[in-house]
Amino acid sequence: MEYHTEPTQIVVLNLAILTLLLVTAITMVRVRRLFAVVMLSGIYSLLSALFFVSLDAVDVAFTEAAVGAGISTVLMLSGMLLTARREKPVVPGHRPLALFVCVITGSVLIWASTDMPAFGDPEAPANAYVGKMFIERTPSDVEVPNLVTAVLASYRGFDTLGEVLVIFTAGVGVMLLLGSGSIRGGRKRQDILPQVEPATDQKASLDAGQKTASAQDGGAS
Amino acid sequence: MMFIVAAIAIVVAMVLTLLRAILGPTLYDRVLAGNSFGTKTVLLLGIMGYMTGRPDFLDIALLYALINFAGTIAILKFFRYRDLSPTMQDVRKQEGEGA
Repeated sequence: MEYHTEPTQIVVLNLAILTLLLVTAITMVRVRRLFAVVMLSGIYSLLSALFFVSLDAVDVAFTEAAVGAGISTVLMLSGMLLTARREKPVVPGHRPLALFVCVITGSVLIWASTDMPAFGDPEAPANAYVGKMFIERTPSDVEVPNLVTAVLASYRGFDTLGEVLVIFTAGVGVMLLLGSGSIRGGRKRQDILPQVEPATDQKASLDAGQKTASAQDGGAS
Repeated sequence: MMFIVAAIAIVVAMVLTLLRAILGPTLYDRVLAGNSFGTKTVLLLGIMGYMTGRPDFLDIALLYALINFAGTIAILKFFRYRDLSPTMQDVRKQEGEGA
């Protein structure tokens, strides 16, 4: 099968993706209903994953989709359920100094980007020295077809091990702080359901049920 | 040519889905918009793989579909039980609320 795709078509597709990204980002800033912001952030991650794939960074795209659209959506939802459903209204007002700093920083960054090598330039420093060495030696050294995997898991294996250790420690710390480490869930469920106010007789039976449940748990453990 | 037309159609569908996610009056509109946006991403990923001449990316598209499905289940479960691992007591409480 042959493929007749002009590079301009890919560019147009990328422009469409970037426009959708921009629209999503601006809406996320402006919407006050937090659930909509959470869903839009999931959409934003999916779009940026798509853009990463079109830039050939498939592994980054996969991480973005798994973490951004999958896990962080659920994390933000759980955070939202613990706090409020709506963002507090922002006091309108203009901060000329902040705008000035943003404009200056942005224009300096854009000016600096004109000094960068062209996209995909084989003579760029990122591709020239160590990169060339990795490309030449990976097939014989590691025998993994994906260069990024070879660098992350073999050439920089100890570094990756340290990163994994840091992330594991952070995860354990968060789990201990939130108290979701036990089998029963650890924390008191009543804290999350403040609006449930059962009638007095129902409440009494519920309390009795809780007592038996905790007694059973005690017996089990 | 076929792939280009398909890509344009998917981008248009993405715009419409994004509009539903932005405007969507109820929670379920937004959940559904997020889910179907994920599906559109999977489709566009496949089309892009064929447009650039590397259909190997189809594997990644499949994995995206898997993540999308699990994510939607997680969101809906969260809203039903307010927790990812509800105890039976929570489930009973919720059902008592519904009745």
